[in-house]
Amino acid sequence: MDTRLLNDLKKLLGADMVLHRPEELLLYEYDGSVETARPSCVVFPQDKAHVVGIVELSNRYKVPIVGRGAGTGLSGGALARHGGIVVGFSRMNRILEVDAENQRAVVQPGVVNAELSAVAAPLGLYYAPDPSSQKACTIGGNVSENSGGPHTLVYGVTTNHVLSLEVVLPTGELVRLGSEAVDSPGYDLPGLFVGSEGTLALVTEITVRLMRLPEMTKTLLAIFDTLDDTTETVAAITSSGITPAACEMLDGWTLRAVEAYVHAGFPLDSAAVLLIDIDGIREAAESQAEEVAEVCRQHRAREVRVARDARERDLLWKGRKNAFGAVGRFSTTYYVQDGVIPRTKLPQTLRRITEISEKYGFQIGNIFHAGDGNLHPLILFDARDEKQLRGAVAAADEIIEFCVEMGGAITGEHGVGMEKDRLMPLIFNEADLEVMRRIHDAFNPTGLLNPEKILPLKKGCGEIYSRPFPAAGTASA
Amino acid sequence: MSLASKTIGSRLPDIVGSAHVINDPSQLVFYEVDGKKPDVAVRPGSREEVADIVKFAAAENLAVIATGARTKLGVGLPPQRYDVALDMTRLDRVIAYDPSDLTLVVEAGHSLSKLLGVLGDHRQFLPLLVPYFSRTTVGGTIAAGVDSPLRQHYGTARDYVLGMEYVTGEGVLAKSGGRVVKNVSGYDLHKLMIGSLGTLGVIVSVNFKTFPAALGSRGFVATFETAESAVEMRHRVACSTLTPLTMEILSPRVADLFSSETAARIGTGPMPPGVISAKHWALTSGYSGNEKVLARYEADFRRMAEELDAVSATVLDENTRPPAFSRKREFIPIALSASPATTIMKISVLPARMNEILAQVQRAAESNSLHWAALARGIGVIYLALLPQERNEVAGDRVANTTSQILAAAAKLEGHATIPWAPSEWKGALEIWGLTRNDFAEMQKVKRVFDPHGIMAPGRFVGAL
Repeated sequence: MDTRLLNDLKKLLGADMVLHRPEELLLYEYDGSVETARPSCVVFPQDKAHVVGIVELSNRYKVPIVGRGAGTGLSGGALARHGGIVVGFSRMNRILEVDAENQRAVVQPGVVNAELSAVAAPLGLYYAPDPSSQKACTIGGNVSENSGGPHTLVYGVTTNHVLSLEVVLPTGELVRLGSEAVDSPGYDLPGLFVGSEGTLALVTEITVRLMRLPEMTKTLLAIFDTLDDTTETVAAITSSGITPAACEMLDGWTLRAVEAYVHAGFPLDSAAVLLIDIDGIREAAESQAEEVAEVCRQHRAREVRVARDARERDLLWKGRKNAFGAVGRFSTTYYVQDGVIPRTKLPQTLRRITEISEKYGFQIGNIFHAGDGNLHPLILFDARDEKQLRGAVAAADEIIEFCVEMGGAITGEHGVGMEKDRLMPLIFNEADLEVMRRIHDAFNPTGLLNPEKILPLKKGCGEIYSRPFPAAGTASA
Repeated sequence: MSLASKTIGSRLPDIVGSAHVINDPSQLVFYEVDGKKPDVAVRPGSREEVADIVKFAAAENLAVIATGARTKLGVGLPPQRYDVALDMTRLDRVIAYDPSDLTLVVEAGHSLSKLLGVLGDHRQFLPLLVPYFSRTTVGGTIAAGVDSPLRQHYGTARDYVLGMEYVTGEGVLAKSGGRVVKNVSGYDLHKLMIGSLGTLGVIVSVNFKTFPAALGSRGFVATFETAESAVEMRHRVACSTLTPLTMEILSPRVADLFSSETAARIGTGPMPPGVISAKHWALTSGYSGNEKVLARYEADFRRMAEELDAVSATVLDENTRPPAFSRKREFIPIALSASPATTIMKISVLPARMNEILAQVQRAAESNSLHWAALARGIGVIYLALLPQERNEVAGDRVANTTSQILAAAAKLEGHATIPWAPSEWKGALEIWGLTRNDFAEMQKVKRVFDPHGIMAPGRFVGAL
């Protein structure tokens, strides 16, 4: 890369805040997806003035720039698809304010998701969106991807919890979007920028809503002998009038993998389990837990266990949240998909995934947010075999196409990034995409900020998707 | 006949059929916005017709205002231009409703109350219990961004609108989001349409997440000598583990408004006597659940009210709650009918600042000799009705003084305020959309993308967008 740019960056940030040697860059080729892309350098701003300075340099040298939190994203959002500067926010990791009176917090983008809830807990508060990677992922990354998590079923995803943002636009301007008090007059700019996958601005400060910790949480484990009974139970709970705080499904293969790793007490011989949280005041949680248990039994649950204490509850959830790590013990590589379907279509969709698994000859595990209809099929394959890699992508595409056929969407919480831009035409026509392109171009006219993410290249402009297959990551990544 | 109306006259009947083009001035008066009448009103019957009309308007540089039940045309700045009223009420179908999935797709012109009836048959609902409830349309409610008492628990439309189809200011039919409850595919452009007052395009249909109907619900009302005590009760509830569906603080004069003839007409049944009084501040809160849950709420609320020396504490049951709830829902129309010159401010502050802003409101209104009433939502949104007795220049000056004092006070407290409803002739002297915001340049970028020719409700929105 241009040594003058490198020197300018070092002058701005200090030499130790700029990585550029190949061995230093290796880690930043990856995120949690199966894609890779190598940046020219990685820089670590420590305050918003640094971020403004970096954006100005990117403009002056016409070099792409990509924001990065913890690199746990699953769609390549934080990868430098066209090289350039990766802006790592790990040094901007301060919780600036926890305002218990107004149930909100002001944080820098590099704050780790779980840390905010840990800090707020003594005040009886927590930050609701809880991606499975919450011990590592950052709030800034969550804002970019509009991340979800198991407990977003009733409380909503990141966008429902962000009150305002301070951002650096691709022009280098620092702007506050929205306001501290609710209902900021004018267009809902935070609503547009949350989930824009780092293509409209770099976020430097976030004001989030904190929720009151519930008085009681009941955790149920419902055990089933068939997949169909399990998926039908989810639809029945959804329409029963009770919205659990979380409703997760693990299929038999996945829970055996998890049990071998976590020893949470998952039954080894079952077809699937539902892990359900119900929270609220004691009087509500107790009766609703009983009602949900009854719905499970009506749908032929073999057994419904209720966690007796916090330790049992934590163990069950540890199994859920560490599932991907557990699967890593069984396969060198896996590909996590992220489709969404109406909850009523769960039975036929799970059956279809089984067929696709048989057709391509891959083990596919299912561990997902059943209550939202947000699927996470895990396709196990060996990335060293080019044929297997192509097969895994084809199988994944077939699953997503089926989700769309069922009236669903191509991604529920992982983002489009560089993984699914080519799939966007499955759900959006050219007119839909053109409005999105114009919004992109209005804020990011040079296209230097996180280039070629989300939006597919226009048809007929001579370029085709240049990387038809994701490169392989490893399961331990 | 203006040049515009001649052009319109020749083309619009081709698009929608002449039966759906209105040129009669006695009919057009119903589409007036701040005293401006359109040259024509047109009633499309399909989304394609909406797109064709807007495409034609863009080509002819005609200004378009989309309308539903026309209940909120008074909101915002007077339009700079207004040629075509685009009456959406013929687009009134439920396109898809999957009760088991709790999702719904409905056209913009559908009556909101009728929609709630459809959902009610499946023991479901939408938390959009908003002002003008019996008349308003889905599209008008979403475009005007009005809120509901239920936002305390369910949030606002941005929290349960899953996607949308709309026609841009260039007449392009486009969509964003989807029909599933969790989705991050593409930019959330529909969030921009919510509350945009028709300045970005025309909402054609809306995808919603629906909710199971609340079980037996009740209300609790406590009255207090001072605003501070009512606000303190709000804080105590917020710091408890209770999760009520609604929570409002009512200023003393609200009792007069709620016993008015208009309130009797709009409200569901008579207001239960003695629950609120014109001498006291009130805190009201609704909650639902089984008998045990209801008993817990009642016990906790009664204890909190006693600790704060409440003057009275009343539990509203399934018979007495609806009259009280419907009046809170209809606070704006009730207040508008109470004076020929009612001016409504919407003030947002952090909840911890509610005492200060309510004190400032009282000081500003009373120093300008204005009657006033306030309904403050627990999350920090205050609807303030300024109630001058006459609609004349003196009253206009008083309202202008009062609102500018309150705008400044809200800004000082890191909040903001707007003046959604005011007599048309006063609007020029009022900061209708509040003080200029630092993200205005970004809003202009959004406006240029959706409406590059500036034909959609030009001038009505923030910063005359």
